[in-house]
Amino acid sequence: MGYVGHGSVPCPVEFVIKLNGGALVELSVMLSILSKGMLLSVEIFVLTLLFSIPLGFVVTFGRMSKNFIIRNLVKIYISIMRGTPLMLQLMVVYFGPNLIFGIKISNEYRFTAVIIGFVINYAAYFAEIYRSGIESIPVGQYEAAKVLGYNKFQTFMKIILPQVIKRILPAVTNEVITLIKDTSLAYVISIPEMFSQAKALASSQNTLVPYAIAGVFYYIFNYIVAYIMEWIENKFSYYKIS
Amino acid sequence: MNILEIKNLKKSFDTEVIKDISLTVEEGKVVGIIGPSGSGKSTLLRCATMLETIDSGEIIYMNEHAVRTNPDGKAVYASPKELRRIQRYFGLVFQNFNLFPHYSVIKNITDPLITVQKKSKNEAMEIGRRLLEKMGLSDKEHAYPCQLSGGQQQRVSIARALALNPKILFFDEPTSALDPELTGEILKVIRDLAQEHMTMVIVTHEMSFARDVADHIIFMDGGVIVEQGNPEDVINNPKNERTKAFLNRFER
Repeated sequence: MGYVGHGSVPCPVEFVIKLNGGALVELSVMLSILSKGMLLSVEIFVLTLLFSIPLGFVVTFGRMSKNFIIRNLVKIYISIMRGTPLMLQLMVVYFGPNLIFGIKISNEYRFTAVIIGFVINYAAYFAEIYRSGIESIPVGQYEAAKVLGYNKFQTFMKIILPQVIKRILPAVTNEVITLIKDTSLAYVISIPEMFSQAKALASSQNTLVPYAIAGVFYYIFNYIVAYIMEWIENKFSYYKIS
Repeated sequence: MNILEIKNLKKSFDTEVIKDISLTVEEGKVVGIIGPSGSGKSTLLRCATMLETIDSGEIIYMNEHAVRTNPDGKAVYASPKELRRIQRYFGLVFQNFNLFPHYSVIKNITDPLITVQKKSKNEAMEIGRRLLEKMGLSDKEHAYPCQLSGGQQQRVSIARALALNPKILFFDEPTSALDPELTGEILKVIRDLAQEHMTMVIVTHEMSFARDVADHIIFMDGGVIVEQGNPEDVINNPKNERTKAFLNRFER
């Protein structure tokens, strides 16, 4: 199996599911183990959104900066984030400090690394979505605001941003849904989220049932999130953008 | 009293679009600017409203310099703080209305009053409602721009500009984006404003309207003022060949 192959990966003790001498477990036990994994997946999901949605704005302003150096540094960052696998990025964030700088990594850093990895990756994607939204607002909106006397901050917060949010919501929904499924990539640095647990259960129990259950869990999670996003989109449907 | 003075304004993009234009607008007067597409009319308006920065020349509102020109011929703008004050002297009505689509009709009018002029919500609502009534749109207070016809949207945008109580109002081809049957309602609004002695500068393709409403007509072509004077003279008896050719095309 994949992660066993990472010879140098330190396998945390808590990750090994202790079962009574390899005996088969009941379905209810499986469900409870997977639910705990799911909670961790939800935690990764929530924390990633919490930090990457605002950070995306910082990145998009850098990407749209008039300063040549800032703009191009941000461009390179976005290019790397979008051009390499997230799984690899997670490994770099987790093992990098040790391999590159010789810093001893603690077990607690494992979860922090996952959040950092997800946040910097998703911020890059969100930034490009925000940019497409900001650039799609007609220049006439800025001009009308300027002539009416709005300053730049007021123009952005009151006139531009609400319209940008409406425009980018479908694209953001896509990313958010992808993120739910991407949380499973955390298994690569042995985070006991749902997919890792399913994998461990599957090998110890010699059955594919845990994967099927995990699939259903992911689907339900996605269904709820998609429902919420649709509700938000409807909140913005009271007007049309010319 | 001169509300607006423009002296020796020059503006180039790739080519020179405005070549040395000067004009003055006195209080209570209506100036009509006519001319073929690409003659620089709209650019002149955009320079006057500071949506474009000029290369050289002077722009003066109410005897306050928004732009001067230093001895080597470069335009120098007033400080941002001064410009913000000067900006309050004028309003602009766009060809495409540029209403804020996410705000209701009344909020389009009241939000600048509250956000920019720091008026109370009640005062802003009072001003907004009075102007909507004047525009015959009282029943559309809570509608959104997308629910209105082009003519109604343009009337809202005129109300929005008037709400800030400008000394001078610019119109950039206010009827060009409208169906022919809707232009009448806008022209009527502007006529009413002229009767109330609102100072206005109107760029338009409506020749008979310009003749009726304006006190002074400017014919522009190729970035210069080719001919100007009172409307009867310029539109009915043009002296310059280019003016004649342009007006002839319009007759047909």
